[in-house]
Amino acid sequence: MTAAALSSGSKRPASSRQSNLRLLMNNRLAAGGLVIIAAVILIALAAPLLPLADPDVTDPANRLLPAFSEGYLLGTDELGRDLLSRLIWGTRVSLAVGLSATVIAAFFGSLIGLVAGYAGGRTDAILMRGIDMVMAFPYILLALAIVAVLGPGLLNALYAIAVVNIPFFARNIRGMALGLSRREFVDAARLSGMSHVRILFGEVLPNVLPVIIITMSTTIGWMILETAGLSFLGLGAQPPQADLGSMLGQGRKVLFTNPHVSIIPGVMIFVLVMSINLLGDGVRDVLDPRLKSGSLTRPVARTAVERAVMPDELAPHDDAILDVRGLKTEFRIGGEVYKAVGGVDLRVGRGECLGVVGESGSGKSVSAMSIMGLAPTPPGRIVGGVALLDGEDLFAASDERIRMLRGLAVSHVFQDPLSTLHPLFTVGNQLVEAIQAHNRMTGTEARKKAEALLRMVRIPNPAERLNAYPHELSGGMRQRVCIAMALANDAEVIIADEPTTALDVTVQAQILSLLDRLRKENETGILFITHDFGVVSAICDRVAVMYAGKVVETGATEEILSQPAHPYTAKLIECVPVLGEPERRLGAISGRPPVVNRLPEGCAFAPRCHKATEECRKTEIGMTTISDGRAVRCIHPLTAKAAAV
Amino acid sequence: MASYIAKRLLAAIPVLLGLTVIVFFIMAMIPGDPATAILGTYATPENVEKLNRDLGLDKPLVQQYFIWLGNLLHGDFGRSFALNRPVLDEVLERFSATLILAGTALVLCSVLGLLAGVVSAVRQFGWTDRIVTLVVLVGISTPSFFLGLLLILVFAVKLQWLPASGMWAIYGGGDLPDLLRHLILPASTLAVVATGVIARLTRTAMLEVLRQDFIRTARAKGLPERKVIMKHAFKAALVSVIPVIGIQAGFVLGGAVYIETVFQWPGIGSMLVKAISTRDLLLVQGGVLVVAAAYVLFNLAADVVQTMIDPRLR
Amino acid sequence: MSEALLKIEEAERIFGGGRSLFGRPLPAVHAVRGVSIQVHKGETLGIVGESGCGKSTLARMLVGLDQPTGGVITYNGEDISALARAGGKQLARKIQYVFQDPLASLNPRKTIRAILEAPLVHLLGMDRAAREARLEELMQAVNLAPEFLERYPHEFSGGQAQRIGIARALAADPELIVLDEPVSALDVSVQAQVLNILDDLKQRFNLTYLFISHDLSVVESVSDRVAVLYFGKLAEVGPARSVFSTPRHPYTHLLLESAPAPGRKPTAVEDSETELPDPYNPPPGCAFHARCPRGSDLCVQSEPLLEPSSIDGDHFAACHHPHGRAS
Repeated sequence: MTAAALSSGSKRPASSRQSNLRLLMNNRLAAGGLVIIAAVILIALAAPLLPLADPDVTDPANRLLPAFSEGYLLGTDELGRDLLSRLIWGTRVSLAVGLSATVIAAFFGSLIGLVAGYAGGRTDAILMRGIDMVMAFPYILLALAIVAVLGPGLLNALYAIAVVNIPFFARNIRGMALGLSRREFVDAARLSGMSHVRILFGEVLPNVLPVIIITMSTTIGWMILETAGLSFLGLGAQPPQADLGSMLGQGRKVLFTNPHVSIIPGVMIFVLVMSINLLGDGVRDVLDPRLKSGSLTRPVARTAVERAVMPDELAPHDDAILDVRGLKTEFRIGGEVYKAVGGVDLRVGRGECLGVVGESGSGKSVSAMSIMGLAPTPPGRIVGGVALLDGEDLFAASDERIRMLRGLAVSHVFQDPLSTLHPLFTVGNQLVEAIQAHNRMTGTEARKKAEALLRMVRIPNPAERLNAYPHELSGGMRQRVCIAMALANDAEVIIADEPTTALDVTVQAQILSLLDRLRKENETGILFITHDFGVVSAICDRVAVMYAGKVVETGATEEILSQPAHPYTAKLIECVPVLGEPERRLGAISGRPPVVNRLPEGCAFAPRCHKATEECRKTEIGMTTISDGRAVRCIHPLTAKAAAV
Repeated sequence: MASYIAKRLLAAIPVLLGLTVIVFFIMAMIPGDPATAILGTYATPENVEKLNRDLGLDKPLVQQYFIWLGNLLHGDFGRSFALNRPVLDEVLERFSATLILAGTALVLCSVLGLLAGVVSAVRQFGWTDRIVTLVVLVGISTPSFFLGLLLILVFAVKLQWLPASGMWAIYGGGDLPDLLRHLILPASTLAVVATGVIARLTRTAMLEVLRQDFIRTARAKGLPERKVIMKHAFKAALVSVIPVIGIQAGFVLGGAVYIETVFQWPGIGSMLVKAISTRDLLLVQGGVLVVAAAYVLFNLAADVVQTMIDPRLR
Repeated sequence: MSEALLKIEEAERIFGGGRSLFGRPLPAVHAVRGVSIQVHKGETLGIVGESGCGKSTLARMLVGLDQPTGGVITYNGEDISALARAGGKQLARKIQYVFQDPLASLNPRKTIRAILEAPLVHLLGMDRAAREARLEELMQAVNLAPEFLERYPHEFSGGQAQRIGIARALAADPELIVLDEPVSALDVSVQAQVLNILDDLKQRFNLTYLFISHDLSVVESVSDRVAVLYFGKLAEVGPARSVFSTPRHPYTHLLLESAPAPGRKPTAVEDSETELPDPYNPPPGCAFHARCPRGSDLCVQSEPLLEPSSIDGDHFAACHHPHGRAS
């Protein structure tokens, strides 16, 4: 569930540009940086207009005056030149050189990167080998070699700094362009008849531009530092011209007696670079949504629990191992509250498989992940309900208790078996870890058990496979490993979140029959999350259908599939093409599911429902029991006859 | 693994050759008469003529390159006219001093940077995180040569705790404690920027890794949080941080140029600066080549370490 | 059934391969290993297969996004590779493509108008007025409000984005559209919307479809004829009805038995331990042999050829021991 998918607002580019600036200004550090750098640039630009002494006129009589001397606000240097004037003129030079070097490096580097990334193949190989050669030099050393040949001088230093920074841009941009060029919209542009040049500059470049700007804004400061460095060494600006670096370098001679001569330009470089870096970081945060502070937060070990609402009844249901009641989970993103789960009841009995079915955004995964506190916080939090495991309220348990129960009483199987296994540890290592997390066992014993587990999920050559890394196994084998891990400590309940969605049909059938067999043998309850009614039929005893964060219907699988009572369930089943019935025209649900930060009053499905009446839109609709084990959240449920129509 | 290392070493040969090509052609860009440029304006006409013959300047450029390369392979880097001794001898002597300085700085910045990055990520938005972020920002915005001067002012001039310059005390000294006393200021100055960069990257890498599915799996298994972070997250983050440490080695080696000048450390950086201002070009050329070659080998080592951690790269 | 519009003859695509600098052979993936099939005017040919069977590679070769390393693909008698090398504009006016991931196939920084105008400008050379009329027509054809033209892709849901993708494919008024998993990224309710629109468009504009999917039930519901791909080769081709009701190849059998369907428990599924063969090193004989319950020594020794069934001459299977009509 992403923020983009949730927001329904239609932003226009003009307003998004404005909001970018506002975002930048909201970042106090970046705004501070912007103010300082703007002031510095203004003063530097106005240098010829300001009433300043000539920066290069020497006055031996007034040499080395301290700061705040009369007529010399910042004092004078060893030749009696006015430091304030030299500082402002020097800043002007440093800024100009840093900016030009950045622009030159950005232009050539980006061009090389774009071409290499888009062309790929041989062009890419040749260009990048060249770049690698340049990068094989320790950064500043190449600049030194270039200056050595061209001779010291400000312009030569500028070229040198620009040249050594070209690879930096080229590499960054190439990576980005390479990824973009493999994207489908580039293929689509080709099929729209666009030429390569047009695609490169019309389709790829606009997507790379933010990265170029980010890279520029984060390198300008560095460039200013480096040119100052060359000048400091006497290889950049030559007397009488001065930039900040050469002022610092000359001041160094009188460091012990008159430190202010070197400290003043030094502090100026620091202020300049610091403000540019602050601004650059701000620009990066605004332009790179991945790094926006909200999205790059680390999820903590357990979902935050801030329950405002508790269900009235807390006595556990007789035959349930896992009994979830009135679960509410919210996501708070940028002032908006997304009610992903709005009061969900789920019950899993011993050895029973409960299917939770719904479309994307229905809250089925979030409900499942909330139970053991695995829904990400921030931004998620559980705000209501209980989850009773053998009668124990999991949301009230301590963190340590939850850690102990995870993998021991309740284990998980996730969707994508490649990303859910750690890529850098062997399968054996990860299995042993799961075993030892809950058992005092020696390494050899645990390994034996791991081997037995792999045999149980029918992986051939289990002893050998223990040493395999996840990427060396096929998708089906990886999911078997995940299941083995879930079985490691004889859990009472397995929460399986779309465990077969990423797999091929033949492999999916294998995994489903494996899960079905294992839960019957071990009496394990399964909470099975899926979007696929076919998969539900294959394994689930009972089903709960979810829509917009609520369960709308629940009951035995066959009954629901043959006689759906909620109009949504009925429509959803009509949408699914069925093997052997190719002639059937598919039903489609018009409209879109509601966004969970702006749920309508009353029934969330009413706007799309053909049976909806005024009443449906008024108040919240409760669950009605229609027969034993069957309940529906609808005031106009379909009867058996209506469903058949 | 051994065969992998051998393969990488073989692959480094073209890179090293590429380095010589770049250095050679930069030198060929020298305007005017190269021999005069190399030997300086005070060279005698006989010397100029001899050098022109030695360098084969009458031959085509490509042939000149191979003659020059052949000389390099025989250890003949030419003679420094200013010092009047073989370039290679001088360079190797200076390089060992640089290695001590840069090596110490690299160890410092790797350890501190990783530590600060991990702590900062784990305590995201906490006080530690804010302080680390601020220090890092100040660190990467301060010119290292200026920081060096400040440290000298404070610790050598005002407090007189540590020596201001050089590698050894002029009288007495020569032992390890003496070296360490001289090493503290320049090595920490040199490490500051790289520490900041590594800390920043480690923090981002950790935050990114902590959002991965396999971290959720580790938690779902019931592992203690300490193990989730120090074993699962850290190892995965390390994969993206190690190449950065490799690149930072280049910045540290390059930054040594400033630090050696400020602290008058007898390393290759201060030698290069002097050689450039005296236009002792053969010395510059030799110095650049040796440092670049060392850097290539270091990056090769970083690659090998990364491959050891990440089986997908094998 | 009319004349063949698209002819694929022994198409082959090998990735990698060749020799290294030192003459060592480089590893090569055989993605498509000799596929021959025809697409007739006005039909929908469904192509089914699991991941790694080469169906997407095949699709990309049909529109010139990729070139076969062997064999010939002709459209109306013209070699597609030659057309693609000549710039591909002529080809793109005849054959268009709908991508699997609707959002990834729309440039995030372009308005829908700019995206839909591109083929009109570059392929058809329309002037402004003609474009305006055509845009309106297209938006109406895929059932989207005209004001959506000024919006950006991220403002659309998956289903809407896919309809824009379809509108773009329609823009140049092609004869054949290659649909590469057009509904697999969509929710079921949206999937039905898109499938219905595709059906309408086909009738309205006299289109020919090549519909690629891993989902058997979807393919069955849209296709006139079906081809089953396994490991870069055709396992079975024939009229959809016949392939789904009386599959002849054991692999097709396995697929049909594995497919989950509402209200049905999966029947006997194959035992585990069986996997796709190594694409770097294809086995001799039939690629399905290791997983096949009917396999014999003959299957290891010789590769079965695509042969017509004795009962239905349009129904082909590449199997030494095909299922008869009775099974």
